[in-house]
Amino acid sequence: MSEISPAEWTAILLSLKVAVIATLVATPFGIALAWLLARRDFWGKSLLDALVHLPLVLPPVVTGYLLLLSFGRRGLLGGFLADNLGIVFAFRWTGAALACGVMSFPLLVRPMRLSIEAIDRRLEQAAETLGAAPWKVFFTVTLPLALPGVLAGMVLGFAKAIGEFGATITFVSNIPGETQTISSAIYSLIQTPDGDAAAGRLVIVSIVLALGALIAAEWFARRATARLHGN
Amino acid sequence: MLRVDVEKQLGEFSLHASFTGEGRVIGLFGASGAGKTSLVNMIAGLLRPDRGSIVIDGETVDDTAAGIHVPTWRRRVGYVFQDARLFPHLNVAQNLDYGRQMNRLAPDPAQHKRIVDLLDIGTLLGRRPGKLSGGERQRVALGRALLSKPRLLLLDEPLGALDEGRKLEILPYLMRLRDEANVPMVYVSHDAAELRQLATQIVMLKQGRVTSFGGVKVLT
Repeated sequence: MSEISPAEWTAILLSLKVAVIATLVATPFGIALAWLLARRDFWGKSLLDALVHLPLVLPPVVTGYLLLLSFGRRGLLGGFLADNLGIVFAFRWTGAALACGVMSFPLLVRPMRLSIEAIDRRLEQAAETLGAAPWKVFFTVTLPLALPGVLAGMVLGFAKAIGEFGATITFVSNIPGETQTISSAIYSLIQTPDGDAAAGRLVIVSIVLALGALIAAEWFARRATARLHGN
Repeated sequence: MLRVDVEKQLGEFSLHASFTGEGRVIGLFGASGAGKTSLVNMIAGLLRPDRGSIVIDGETVDDTAAGIHVPTWRRRVGYVFQDARLFPHLNVAQNLDYGRQMNRLAPDPAQHKRIVDLLDIGTLLGRRPGKLSGGERQRVALGRALLSKPRLLLLDEPLGALDEGRKLEILPYLMRLRDEANVPMVYVSHDAAELRQLATQIVMLKQGRVTSFGGVKVLT
């Protein structure tokens, strides 16, 4: 197998950019939602929980189509954002990041939620008796103890984002240099005569990235356990 | 001074307690299930009474008729739990300093040294809670609560999770605290012998009601 070509590098780097941005933007929302689902009881909680998990079970092409309807140029949200804030998603890499963020969100939230649920609430009570207001309790006790879970969620979300295909190609198409990620590049290559070698190289890159992310997530999960036991 | 007059329904269990404490150590005595912990949690603000009022040091922290409920973090009430509840991600020194930081108090090295010496925890400062024995953990929890400069210290069976030997290890520290720390305490226990040594006043609780109140001799 030969060297990775410039066109393939473009797809790899675009995938990394899209996945990094998607993960970083999704993380604060993920933490907030994980905390809400782990620590609060409110009307509509199970509905919200189901909505978060929806991209996991919905056909990706449906998610992509719904994104196109709402965030496309003529979509309700897309039109508003383009006219007022100058943010355009349709057929841009930003749209790919949005699609990846939505698709990876359930995987990102889950470890965060589990790690917050695993924290002994009585520690948070102890912090309150020592004079910490609820937001201080969150930043000095809850979040530091949940940190390994937060990182594990980010790693898993990133791994999912980098491999996302269906929703991305439906929403922002497959434009080399703009929206063509590793997955869509592989899809194009295997439909091209003589594309097998290039596709093979990108397949190996995907496997390495996914495997690395899974190992990292596992490592963070072990750290979380050690942290909760105070060793 | 502590004045408590509260009612609380917890499932089938009803708590209705009223007393005024003046002593240095108010011993809250009763069998398990008598409502001791619920009562202490109400004083700490972790549990809200259905009806009634709580006054600490002249400040009304709960008054259901007037709609007053001061949240826990503004009550300046220290709480030592049966399970020390040290923060596992912080070492002993950071645990001790937590209350001071949260209350934005200026560093007080003299007070810090006095408490660390009083509890003999100077050699533990760099350790994580996971590396401490049960007795050491409880001493650090005592220090952590005291260093937040509370106006009242609540101790809910602080020796309850320790075996006989460890209890005898901690008891002298508690007696020194009573005599030297200058913080009034509410000490919860189901062990009459423990309270006879520590308390200056007894509130006896039975099935959610105060059945007797007075000096340590009510324990006999």
